[in-house]
Amino acid sequence: MSDRLKRTPFYSQHLEAGAKMVPFAGFEMPIQYHGIKVEHRAVRGNVGLFDVSHMGEFLVRGPKALELLQWVTVNDVSILTIGKAQYSCMCYEDGGIVDDLIIYRLASEEYMMVVNGANIDKDWDWLLSQNTMGAELENVSDDYVLLALQGPKSAELLSELTDTDIEQIPFYAFEHGKVSEVPSLISATGYTGEKGFELYFNRANYDVQKVFEAFIVKGATYGLELCGLGARDTLRLEKGYALYGNEITEKTHPLQARLGWITKFSKGLFVGSQALAKIKEKGVEKKLVGFVIDQEKAIPRKDYDLLDAQFNIIGKVTSGGMSISLEKGIGMAYLQTDALASNEPIVIQIRNKEVPIMVTSLPFL
Amino acid sequence: MKTPKHLFYTKDHEWINIHDDGTATIGITDFAQGELGDIVFVELNEIGDLFEKEETFGTVEAVKTVSDLYAPIDGEIIKINKALEDEPELINDDPYGQGWMIKITILNPDQQSELLDSKAYQALI
Repeated sequence: MSDRLKRTPFYSQHLEAGAKMVPFAGFEMPIQYHGIKVEHRAVRGNVGLFDVSHMGEFLVRGPKALELLQWVTVNDVSILTIGKAQYSCMCYEDGGIVDDLIIYRLASEEYMMVVNGANIDKDWDWLLSQNTMGAELENVSDDYVLLALQGPKSAELLSELTDTDIEQIPFYAFEHGKVSEVPSLISATGYTGEKGFELYFNRANYDVQKVFEAFIVKGATYGLELCGLGARDTLRLEKGYALYGNEITEKTHPLQARLGWITKFSKGLFVGSQALAKIKEKGVEKKLVGFVIDQEKAIPRKDYDLLDAQFNIIGKVTSGGMSISLEKGIGMAYLQTDALASNEPIVIQIRNKEVPIMVTSLPFL
Repeated sequence: MKTPKHLFYTKDHEWINIHDDGTATIGITDFAQGELGDIVFVELNEIGDLFEKEETFGTVEAVKTVSDLYAPIDGEIIKINKALEDEPELINDDPYGQGWMIKITILNPDQQSELLDSKAYQALI
């Protein structure tokens, strides 16, 4: 991309904190501050703060809002009540995944979609192309910033900065409140598998840097670490959460990506539903699995091959790495369904070595 | 980013300390360890192994990524840093000191002129 990279309002605070910045989704984002291990462990044991303002936000409003969302996403939006959030995805006609996302119901005829930063333009164009019913659409990605406060001590820390009774917010629900005097949508969601909150702010009207600063100051006694995209990835992998571009792509569909639970055929036709119904009837040829490696010094990485006993390629790794919590190699991979059913030993090709893996249930932790 | 003046460097971010007795010590640079992040382990070739310049002499695995190690010069491995087996983080903490990786006998001293000095390497990163 030749376009100049965007910066979140917290850019200078990241630099001040010693962040290593990398280009990501068109932004300069922190990949780490003091090291992925320290940041990962802070989220598992205490609390971590992530700037994830690269995420995209679209508002969907009006009498046709529900109709559009029912058409363009796979989950059943009709059951979403005001104040609740829903995990979902958008598919193409062939069932391939456009993006995964969260939908918030803000009011009776107002919803917010939160999409992956790298997919904002693609998703927006897709939404416009599918909006034949005439819902009102607004892309507010440039106005909204998003901080994620994650970890077992996140509620305690957040309570110091808000009057909202956040302990009362159920998982995948939200409240409107103020954090450090700045109006915020406080959502009990996250991508780390820990208790936590995602805090949306409108950067246009408020001094959001002071919220970030307040977390750093108040967070010190809670063992807060600023966390980058590196730790975000190692944390989500341990919980088996899909990442767009890895587990889910235009070439994979929700039924093979362990997203059958959000794919609601019962709601009626939606984009991709006919293709997906056929796939469901036939059965999937490969599906997403988790695996661990018990051997020391063997770390799986994206795109490594999985082999059967005759060294035929039967799968490919979508995400892999060293689990910081388990201290061993873990990964997710697409594996041929018949190979999975056969229970034969499977090895992974790590450079010039073949190392046994154990297919395991997800999450790892 | 530290690049000590008494060392030579490669474009692949290894450093080499050439000693008067025809041996040399090799590791990865401060820049390289910073790019890799938390290092989980290193796998090094064995004592007695010969390699040519730009051949791999091992791999380094970090939490996020894996990278091959490339020989700056033709050589024979005469010592490897055993301490890295239990404490690979020495590479992050002290890349030019306790984080050294291998010691070699130099087999082709003429190649020394092809290495980068501190200034040239600094310009590269």
